[in-house]
Amino acid sequence: MSTPTNQPSPKNWYKWFDPRGRDLGTWAFILNRLTALGLTFYLFLHLIVLGQLAIGPDAYDQFVELLHSPVFIFGELLVVIAGIYHGLNGLRVGLTSFGIAIPYQKQIFIGLLILTIIGSIYFGITMFTA
Amino acid sequence: MDMSHHQKDLWTVTFRVFRQKGNAAGHYDTFKLEVNPDEYVIDAVERIWAYHDRTLAFAHACHHSTCGACGMRVNGVEKLTCITPIHTVAKNGGITQVDPLRNFPVVSDLVVDMGSLYQRMEQVGHRPVLPLPEEPAGLPVRKNNGNEYVRLSDCIECGLCISACPVALSTPGYIGPAVLAGALQHGIKAAPALLALVDSEDGVWRCHSAFECTKACPSYVEPGTKIMQLRKQVVGERFANLFRSNR
Repeated sequence: MSTPTNQPSPKNWYKWFDPRGRDLGTWAFILNRLTALGLTFYLFLHLIVLGQLAIGPDAYDQFVELLHSPVFIFGELLVVIAGIYHGLNGLRVGLTSFGIAIPYQKQIFIGLLILTIIGSIYFGITMFTA
Repeated sequence: MDMSHHQKDLWTVTFRVFRQKGNAAGHYDTFKLEVNPDEYVIDAVERIWAYHDRTLAFAHACHHSTCGACGMRVNGVEKLTCITPIHTVAKNGGITQVDPLRNFPVVSDLVVDMGSLYQRMEQVGHRPVLPLPEEPAGLPVRKNNGNEYVRLSDCIECGLCISACPVALSTPGYIGPAVLAGALQHGIKAAPALLALVDSEDGVWRCHSAFECTKACPSYVEPGTKIMQLRKQVVGERFANLFRSNR
């Protein structure tokens, strides 16, 4: 009787990230969810890294050495970018939740995107030139 | 300036219409129509049914954005098709896609089962027609030849907001924008039983402030804003309950 693809379901998770036909708010939602997933993934990685301490100082030092490679630095930059966006969008959601600046929520979203880009450039330069 | 398109300005538009019967897989059928671009999308759908395929199922009634029956997705965007001029969603010689609303079970072709929406609207006590003395705003009641005025609710229960909502797309449990806006008709102070329903995982706190509902609403209910107002009421009531329980 029903179309599974038409129904809200975790099985249709890929549709959560489909912005076609949608407004800016869905972009805010998509980026919020992606960054949340990314930050959660990072949290687990972080625990794994800390878990190296239980093995011993040598294992930890070797692992930390690996983290100095450009690939891992880029990964850390992604974490920083996700943190900036997720935090700023959290402020947007918090403001609108209290009825503040609801008519300007799109402008706030564009503003926080600009801040995220500026932050990304700043931290990108800082992290890769350190 | 005459903005209307005359008969000589007919457009040729191919309508790509979602079809599904029973448990069969969904697919699209195409129908090439000569249309006046000032006509509405529902007119084209009706013509497809009348002259091309009598098995096409779709819902409609009033043709003037009051009944909320003809909500569909046109080119992926939720529209009340009786007030959506074809020239706003089509090009001469182009293709326009028509789909059923999202987040509701498809009954047949373009018809979806919106029973969950209606049940939830009843659950929050939303009434489409409200006597003025019961309005939350407490407006002065005027009489018309001795009869009380009644106010029609802005929400026409068309379901467009639920279809547009990215959060409703992720979970069927979410009460949804129309219902949360409907809960504000009485407010938590007037109907304390609402608090448990809306102050829940699938209530006001599930909303992620995408405001797609407000964009889609053809009746200017602004469900997104209403959800935020309801949140304020919920927070206020929680604080009040703290002091009540300390007495």
